[in-house]
Amino acid sequence: MPAETQESRTRHPGGPAEQTHTGANPETIEKGKKLKEEMDALLDEIDNVLEENAEEFVRNYVQQGGE
Amino acid sequence: MGIETEYGIVARGVVEDSFTHSLSVLANARDYAAPRAIWDYGGENPSKDARGFQVEEESEVPGADDNRDINKLLRNGGRLYIDAGHPEYSTPECSQPLDVVTYDKAGELLLADSLERANREAGIDRSLVLYKNNTDGKGNSYGCHENYLVSRDLAFEHLAEVLAAFLVSRQVVCGAGKVGSENGAEPVSYQISQRADFFENYMGLYTMKKRPIINTRDEPHSDPDRYRRLHVIVGDANMAEMSTYLKTGTTALMVTLAEEGLLDDAPRLKDPVGAIKAISHDPACKHKVALVGDEEASAVEIQQWYLDEAWAWWQDHPDPATRAVLERWQSVLDRLAEDPNQLTGEVDWVIKKSLIEQAMERWGCDWDDSRVAMMDLQYHDIRPSRGLYYTLVRQGFITRVTSDERITAALDRAPEDTRAYFRSECIKRYPEALYGASWTSVLFSQGEQAIAKVPLLDPERGTRSLVGALLERSETAEQLVANLRA
Repeated sequence: MPAETQESRTRHPGGPAEQTHTGANPETIEKGKKLKEEMDALLDEIDNVLEENAEEFVRNYVQQGGE
Repeated sequence: MGIETEYGIVARGVVEDSFTHSLSVLANARDYAAPRAIWDYGGENPSKDARGFQVEEESEVPGADDNRDINKLLRNGGRLYIDAGHPEYSTPECSQPLDVVTYDKAGELLLADSLERANREAGIDRSLVLYKNNTDGKGNSYGCHENYLVSRDLAFEHLAEVLAAFLVSRQVVCGAGKVGSENGAEPVSYQISQRADFFENYMGLYTMKKRPIINTRDEPHSDPDRYRRLHVIVGDANMAEMSTYLKTGTTALMVTLAEEGLLDDAPRLKDPVGAIKAISHDPACKHKVALVGDEEASAVEIQQWYLDEAWAWWQDHPDPATRAVLERWQSVLDRLAEDPNQLTGEVDWVIKKSLIEQAMERWGCDWDDSRVAMMDLQYHDIRPSRGLYYTLVRQGFITRVTSDERITAALDRAPEDTRAYFRSECIKRYPEALYGASWTSVLFSQGEQAIAKVPLLDPERGTRSLVGALLERSETAEQLVANLRA
């Protein structure tokens, strides 16, 4: 839960609170490869669950106004 | 505070109206609700304007059977009902943003389950889908409204004036993202907010037409001499827990600061209606909007102004829950200023944008592809098996705020530190005697006698610490009413 996060307090912009590292060290390349695999797996699943006949489905999605 | 969310509803291959579909979803929510209770419309008046007048409108109160069909008084103290044909869920009253997140998700969970039951009844050819979004992409919008308790001592126009720039700019933190534009807005591939295109006025009473950034409905659902209810209609429905957490956590804080007179110097927007659209239409978050006094500022800079005031206030009110909100808010603003794409696990509009861009790269298509429009919609599909947001959660891409355990527990019990506790306990302890309830009342049948009404005018009373012992020693509703009268 957020109340227990240990991020240091940064009042003004001076870089993101969660640093991202760049540069081509082997760890980064490995991480990038893993991320690519995870993203491929994700997109495979999106392909599987996405409604077929997207065009028709989106066209037929009409709501009367609410609130 | 609390959130009310209208869900979009659609059926495959069926021409019945959305009201009929919504009825079948509500009928299948019976396990989560009081068995026979009605909604008590007695204390409601949505046409009273905070600027001091009353708009004369016919408001229809349904008969008892219809009332039960379109209202489910939930065991967790919240309400499930049908509004303008849409299923709508209101969280119980919460004191903490973390609770709002949990109860908002509990609403999604109970609707997803009720939907599954309704679909099992109806068969595959007629299956329904619910979307937690705010637009059909064709100019029809439905709302996700937030409610905050405000002291009556604060003049409404002043509250509106100091909060307007905050409410217009906070979409960079809690917008739900949208492919394209509508309602006559400038064309755009992707924008930050679902709702921005629909706002036509700065201030007004209505929520369905000529939508205002500041809604003036003066219906406090509490003691009107002591409280107002700030009814925020400018937000999007969120899938990401972090967006809901920051949306409600930061807005509740801003109300407190306004009450203490600490926002009097807040930036004033020259053109709030133009600004809300201009900010939404710039996913790079660089666009600067004009302020009164010939200066200009980006949405992130405006948010930072409010955050700085909150930090100053926090020095004198150093509680850990507030600190957690402020730190997360700062962290999100820092990354928005540097590169919004760093927020692909936290903020809805960035999560959705990034996912769609990955898919577009794979498919080799552009923003106008129908699969892209489908992703925009299906991100908000609340079925865990089909919703794209839930696909991302399952695969570990999303930073959670609450947990599945808390959400499941929130189906059956209310927060203990608001009047929702009393309402929820009455539903569970005295189901036979419970005749109805509203935000401000619980009604019991007493056989031949008139119905007994227990008023709940103070949202901060009726808590476990105040009524727990009373409930324990009242085995029946009759005893409860007698004990309350003693």
